[in-house]
Formats: sequence, structure tokens, C-alpha cells
Amino acid sequence: MAVQLEFLKDLPYFAGLDEAALGSIRRYVFEKKAERGETLAFEGEPSDVLFFVSSGVVKAFKTSADGKEQIFRIVRPGESFNDVPVLSGGVNLVSAEAMGPVVLNGIKKKDLEIIVRERPPVALNVIQVLSRRVQELVTLVEDFSFRHVTSRVAKMLLEYADRKAGEGPRLTQQEMAAMIGTAREMVGRSLKNLETAGTIRMERNRIVIADQQALKEMAGVT
Amino acid sequence: MNEKPVIDQEKCQGCGLCVDICTPGALGLVDNVVELQAPDKCGWCTLCELVCPYGAISCPFEIVIENECS
Repeated sequence: MAVQLEFLKDLPYFAGLDEAALGSIRRYVFEKKAERGETLAFEGEPSDVLFFVSSGVVKAFKTSADGKEQIFRIVRPGESFNDVPVLSGGVNLVSAEAMGPVVLNGIKKKDLEIIVRERPPVALNVIQVLSRRVQELVTLVEDFSFRHVTSRVAKMLLEYADRKAGEGPRLTQQEMAAMIGTAREMVGRSLKNLETAGTIRMERNRIVIADQQALKEMAGVT
Repeated sequence: MNEKPVIDQEKCQGCGLCVDICTPGALGLVDNVVELQAPDKCGWCTLCELVCPYGAISCPFEIVIENECS
């Protein structure tokens, strides 16, 4: 299926470009599909394709020597992964795996370089994307350093609450633990605490945020 | 009740821990591979996911905000 101009227009990489520019960029973009659990990038290996998630959700994570997983980012539709190795020419800092069926749009490193040379505003967009990535990492370190587990769980629930039906990730308690740097048991305990406090309600496979304001206060966000 | 635990039968080693811990009896082993045999009995306690040493079962949660959920 041909990559839609509408999709490219909404990508931070190509923000502000006119239709003619997007049309010429489109020829470099190809589509790739993957199933749940498929590995899309391996930590420590070189990567020469920048991927944008068109539909579905991808997790970017690292695994320790003893098999412990730390999720760095959940990549949602319209967001990209593999940016750093593609732009630095180095290896993947993290692995990436499809959390369900996904459709990706890819651009090869050499083609991205052509696009950036031909259209300097793209370079500014890239800087903004990377700056946001730095902000996300600083926030992650801040959360690990200063927030207790229940507060981290509350913040994560607010961040990943599904506002657009079907677009949010579905997360296991193990994945939640891997995102906020704790053990699965601690996530289970925190969810129970939040439920007892009346801020959330557990409904079979749904976590319903019942009191958004109280959850925000618990998460320390305004 | 449409949602079911996600089972990766290729990862399943047939140890049966999940079947043992599933008190409502939603899971069973067929040819040494786990199967969700009675989905209506599954209460999403997530214990099967917790005990599986191979990561073959997952019970993911959707996170929704009340009044914004359909």
C-alpha cells in the first residue's frame, strides 16, 4: 500500500513541509508489517533504517545479563524509533519489539541523508525530535530517582490511558514493571493501593481511571 | 468477555504450571501445549502470566479514563 501524504505530514520529522516536498520524500518511504512479538531492532547491532509507526505499538527496551527488561519507550502511531543509530551511524542502543500487529514506514539512512541535504528544515525537525528524546530520558531518570513506586505507576497510567480507542498500548503488569524500573509484584501491590484509594478500578482486562485528579496528585503532575 | 489471555504456543514448554495455578480451570494442556479451554471461566487474575517461566502467556490491560471510555 502506498504511504499516505497525510501520514507523512503529521510526522514531527516532516512538520512544516509542503505537499510537493512530502511527495518527493514519499518515494523513499517503504512499508513493513510485523506481528506481535517480532523483533524489529536488536540492541548492539547496526541499523540503517529509521522507522515510523503507522499503526500498532512498539516497545524500545534493554535486557540485562540476567534477563531483566527495562522499557525505555512505548512507540505509538506517528512516533519513530531507531533514530539514534541511524543518525549517529552507531549501533542500536535498545532493542525494539512489536507489542501487537504493527505497520511501519521505513526510510533508509542514505535516503534520509539525501532528504536532510535537500531540505534543511528537516534538519531542524530532527534536532527537535532528538531534544524531546533527551527530555524523555531526563524525566525517566527523575522518576526513578525521586518518585516512589505507586507514584510512578500512577504517572504511567495517566500517560498510557487510551484516549483514542484502540491506539493505546495494552500492557501486562510485567511490562508496566519494566517501564517504571520495578518488580512485577510491586506493580500489583501499587495497583491494589490505587484501587483501595478509589483512584482506579480493576475491571477484568481494563484498568479504569476513576478519579483522574486524585491520580494526578498521586503522580505529582498538574 | 471477548478479551482472552494471549498464548504463544511456540514458547510453551508444556510444564503445566499455569494449568495448576488456574483455579477456575480455564486452561488445559493439549499435546503438551497450553490452551485456553474455557475462556468464560478466566477472571484475569494474571497468575498464569506470573508463573510461566517461558513468557508464553500474557494478560495485558487496557488503560482507560472513566467517562472517556466507550
